[in-house]
Amino acid sequence: MAVATDKLNDLSPETGAGVIGVHGVTKRFPGVVAVDNVSLKFHPGEVHVLLGENGAGKSTLVGILSGLQEPDEGYLSLNGEKARLASPSASLDAGISTVFQHSMLVPTLTVLENLTLGAPWYQRPPRAQIAARMDELKREFALSLPLDAITGELSLGQQQQIEIARALLRDSKVLILDEATSMLTPQGAQELGERMQQLVKSGLAVIFITHKLAEAYRYGNRISVLKQGALAGEMGPEELKGMTEDEAVDEIVRLMFGREAGQTSTDHRASTARDQIALKVENLSTQGDADVMGLHDISLSLRAGEIVGIAGIDGNGQKQLAEAMAGQRALTSGRVELHGEDITGASVAQRRRKGLRYLTDDRLSEGSVGAFPISENTVLKDIGQPPFWVNGIERPNRIAEHARELIRTFSVRTPGEQTPIGRLSGGNIQKVLLGRELSGDARVVVFNKPTYGLDLQNIDASRQRIAEIAGRGLGVVLISTDLDELMALSDRIAVMEGGRIRGVVENDGTGEALRLRIGRMMAGEEEHKQATA
Amino acid sequence: MTMQQDTNPSSVDTEAAASGAASATATERSAFQRFLTVTVGPIVAAFLLSAIILMLVGVNPLTYYGYILDRSLFSSLGLEQTATRMAPLLFLVASLIIAFRAGIWNLGTDGQFLLGAVIAAATAPLLVGVLPGWAVLLVGFLLAALVGAIWSIIPALLKAYQGVNEIITTLMMSFLGVLLASTLVKLAFRDPTTTVPQTRTLPVADRLPRLFETSISSGLVWGLIAVILVHLMMTRTSFGLRLRMVGANPAAATHAGLSVPLLTMATFGLSAGFAGLAGASEILGVAGNVRANWNPAYGLMVIPLVFLARFHGVGAIVLVFFYSALMIGSESAARRLGVPQNFTLVLVASLLICLGLGEYIDQHKRKKER
Repeated sequence: MAVATDKLNDLSPETGAGVIGVHGVTKRFPGVVAVDNVSLKFHPGEVHVLLGENGAGKSTLVGILSGLQEPDEGYLSLNGEKARLASPSASLDAGISTVFQHSMLVPTLTVLENLTLGAPWYQRPPRAQIAARMDELKREFALSLPLDAITGELSLGQQQQIEIARALLRDSKVLILDEATSMLTPQGAQELGERMQQLVKSGLAVIFITHKLAEAYRYGNRISVLKQGALAGEMGPEELKGMTEDEAVDEIVRLMFGREAGQTSTDHRASTARDQIALKVENLSTQGDADVMGLHDISLSLRAGEIVGIAGIDGNGQKQLAEAMAGQRALTSGRVELHGEDITGASVAQRRRKGLRYLTDDRLSEGSVGAFPISENTVLKDIGQPPFWVNGIERPNRIAEHARELIRTFSVRTPGEQTPIGRLSGGNIQKVLLGRELSGDARVVVFNKPTYGLDLQNIDASRQRIAEIAGRGLGVVLISTDLDELMALSDRIAVMEGGRIRGVVENDGTGEALRLRIGRMMAGEEEHKQATA
Repeated sequence: MTMQQDTNPSSVDTEAAASGAASATATERSAFQRFLTVTVGPIVAAFLLSAIILMLVGVNPLTYYGYILDRSLFSSLGLEQTATRMAPLLFLVASLIIAFRAGIWNLGTDGQFLLGAVIAAATAPLLVGVLPGWAVLLVGFLLAALVGAIWSIIPALLKAYQGVNEIITTLMMSFLGVLLASTLVKLAFRDPTTTVPQTRTLPVADRLPRLFETSISSGLVWGLIAVILVHLMMTRTSFGLRLRMVGANPAAATHAGLSVPLLTMATFGLSAGFAGLAGASEILGVAGNVRANWNPAYGLMVIPLVFLARFHGVGAIVLVFFYSALMIGSESAARRLGVPQNFTLVLVASLLICLGLGEYIDQHKRKKER
């Protein structure tokens, strides 16, 4: 299927070579506006950086450009003509190639075979031709690839080169690189940056998606910042050239994390911290791998009645930290203390019994067993414990009674305690899980993104409950990607980046300045020494 | 595997209850209709389908079916045979209920069964006279369970610590187990006094006692106890809930502090142990010895029954009863009426297909109702 242009003009590829425009595009998903009335123009000869946090709408925009999704409102244009990209092949035919964050290559095939995937089935792979083209690419863009190597045996950087080569062999006009540096070493990222500049010099338009601020400045000619689905600002080539890296980063931070005009600053909770140390984490490290970020030398202390917020862009080790504290993730070094007692060697169940609770962010696949009734889900972390089990024999009536009380206390909306928990809405599942963590003798609660994906009413209720818990003298670790939430509730905010704590700041109510400072740390821009408080 | 959704029968029950709450009057009718679609309908359809095939071969289906009923249920000898046949099947049902409810697809019960049978047949005759009668049987059963469990160690370790799919590994180990059993009979445990390769024979007097004045082996009673106990263990105890939680959602189990690898190992051990017991019950109760190349393949036979019973112990017992009756009855019916012996399989196959179709139609209807 070719691109369905409005007038079906057969444009020669030379005219207005490969300008895509996005015009007033909006894309909604159930409960979220992923992209909100965004208009952008991508020019040939430019590396156009799309910057934004997770959930800012970058990926959805990439999905729309690569034909995976269609906008609900607004339209795309190609070379000035209104166009519709109804499928990935339509997008490819329009000259748009996308290199996704996760490799889209077949690891068991050779490089040559991967390069020829998608060619008509009746054609023999034109090996000589491809080899010749690859030689050209090698000269122009320093892409050197062993054609007969098995793809899965190459490094991630080389695999990415294959994808770029594949795009170039297709004579693409636009190359989209989605979070392309996230898998690369700093040196690999540097090489990719240089390669992008070479590519745009040959007349391509490159769209580079990242959440790293320095990369945006170093490799980009134009920067657009997305925030909560909307375009927060754009910096053109002239503007960028006139700025130093620091100035540019400051401006980007302001666009990304700054408060929009008109929003009043949230009044933050009065501290209820007491003197007693509730939880102490010292020099904690965990093993990382290709998919999971490792933690490096994390130290943190939490007093009773205090809320310590953990800020950071999603995927910078927050979940691993929560798991390490809950005992769910093995430590390579470090020490965890609960009310002065060393619990480094304690199991998940032991820590729970000692009063350390962890509310996971993954309600469905980790927090609950969807097919089990609510009643069983309320006691899943206490299997075998009295009064719900006596000598290993289940007491269904006691469990049901406990569940009914939890449903009442936390106003869970459900037909009954025997309803499978998977039938409830996210907000109600969250209430059940919260009730489970708070039941019994809780002393420290680790919340991982407690309000993520909830509706406004439930968000408010959850925040109130967290404040209430701290007020009762429990220690609270609040992991969130929502800065407003952290600034409204926390006494102190620790900022994580790259599996490390970049700094801990007092939530002193300085509002905007503090927000920008945290933003810089989240983006990995602030020096550690500056940030320690 | 669409069945996996129904792994937890309680969810099915509550679903029925929930849809029932919506319209109280329609409840009874729809429950009855469900019973028709899922059980009665398919059974009737299967017999009709087989009747057509019988007529095509030139046999009066009524005579054939009459014979099955007559030989398996209405004659005392047939009924006794049916009851005796149930024993090993029940132990296998217990084995599979544990595994399937814990989300482990142990398809290697045949190998575990045969190795259990061989070790029981190899040791029990030698112990006669050395130990009292009850101890001979006890040792036979324990060794069988142990050997069955040992045969599952490789798939268990691979699943628990490497995440290797147990469907493949248990099936492979089952082939190896069947061959090893046969080899052991020929080389190691062969009875020197016979010409056909087989193990020593346990004298009839030393086998499991018979029930009352009949020829029914008391293995039936132990089998029933095993299924009931396993059912209660899986549904009423904390250990059972732990296993079910690992089966339903391993990530949630890890989150709740359960040791998923250890519980996985336990599941394999118990499941394969019961498969070994099934082998022992057949040898120590009925056969008395193992002939080389003997493989009744009961393990694979029982799998569909366990699924159709939705892993419910009582349901599975009922199905095993009918299935045994069918096997016994049709064996003699085939002999008497000149229908090929394998026609049993045709009947069984059409029954399974029809029951599966019933299940499918039911799912479809429920989806529509929602």
